[in-house]
Amino acid sequence: MSQMQNFTKGFLKENPILVLVLGTCPTLATTSSALNGMGMGLATTFVLIGSNVVISLMKNVIPDKVRIPAFIVVIATFVTIVDQVMQAYVPSLYETLGIFIPLIVVNCIVLGRAEAYASKNTVWSSFVDGAGMGLGFTGALGVLGAVREILGSGAIAGFKFIEGDGILVFILAPGAFIALGYLIAIVNRINKA
Amino acid sequence: MEFILLIISAIFVNNVVLAQFLGVCPFLGVSNKVSTALGMSGAVVFVIVLATMVTYLIHTYVLIPLGITFMQTITFILVIAALVQMVEIILKKISQPLYQSLGIFLPLITTNCAVLGVAILVIKKDYNLLEGVVYGAATAIGFGLALVILAGIREQMELADVPSGMKGVPISLVTAGILALAFMGFAGLV
Repeated sequence: MSQMQNFTKGFLKENPILVLVLGTCPTLATTSSALNGMGMGLATTFVLIGSNVVISLMKNVIPDKVRIPAFIVVIATFVTIVDQVMQAYVPSLYETLGIFIPLIVVNCIVLGRAEAYASKNTVWSSFVDGAGMGLGFTGALGVLGAVREILGSGAIAGFKFIEGDGILVFILAPGAFIALGYLIAIVNRINKA
Repeated sequence: MEFILLIISAIFVNNVVLAQFLGVCPFLGVSNKVSTALGMSGAVVFVIVLATMVTYLIHTYVLIPLGITFMQTITFILVIAALVQMVEIILKKISQPLYQSLGIFLPLITTNCAVLGVAILVIKKDYNLLEGVVYGAATAIGFGLALVILAGIREQMELADVPSGMKGVPISLVTAGILALAFMGFAGLV
């Protein structure tokens, strides 16, 4: 597989959310608007790239038996960095995403890529894999956030184009489940065709 | 009275899965059958109560005195992982039947974000130890309730004629959405 294919596989064919259905908790919780979703996606992308690169560098040093706890420590370190940086520079976004920033550490996508890819491949391909998967995740969050924002409040990225209220339920919890359900169904259809 | 409100709020009004989106992965993953859903719920209640207690004590008596609260995430996840491993070993030794019914779910629980989520929320909301444990237990019961209800619905849905593109995850998500809508009816309770 060329590096280009390696990079783009996370966009649609192996999209972590829409095809593999991993990391659904932050997906549902942080997509009440497109910008929140993208913010969460970029934070996760940073952790994904960082942990993929470091784990790939250390793959020959870590004994096989303790690899999962070792991976978790590496991931948690990057999550702590993101947590501190976001608290310092984007406090309002940090406040909105709240508990889901520290929870990146238990996001199945990050550990999943570490175990399935970075622990077996070279540093450069792991970097590409992390970036591709992360951008696929960010894209899916952005799309879901945009759909919910448009339907729920008639606005996109805070810019209102419909007077009055939208279908409020899409901003609330139930709308998250329903919108993601239909989004996955659509992507299933595209991938099959 | 205060505790009753706390419990009702954690189980129904702010249901951990349907309103706070914690633990959605196992919620979708093990909700095929009511019996497995019950097993998973039992294991989650057990681990959340234990984890809340241990992480609270560590936070109050280790992290705060040393002034290293920024290490919260990394400490909590390691503590939870170790705790789950320990529970598994102890259960295997002392109660074979309990291990048979809960054991297979335990490794899955480390990555259940509800466990870490509750541990962090207890610290964030400034609960004391007793409130924290009650809140943890109630949250876990709320998780179990949502899981068992969804499993019951999905068992019935096996017989329904679902359009091919919607089969599997999508229809479960839409069902969960309607369930969340129903739970919103509890909003006026507290």
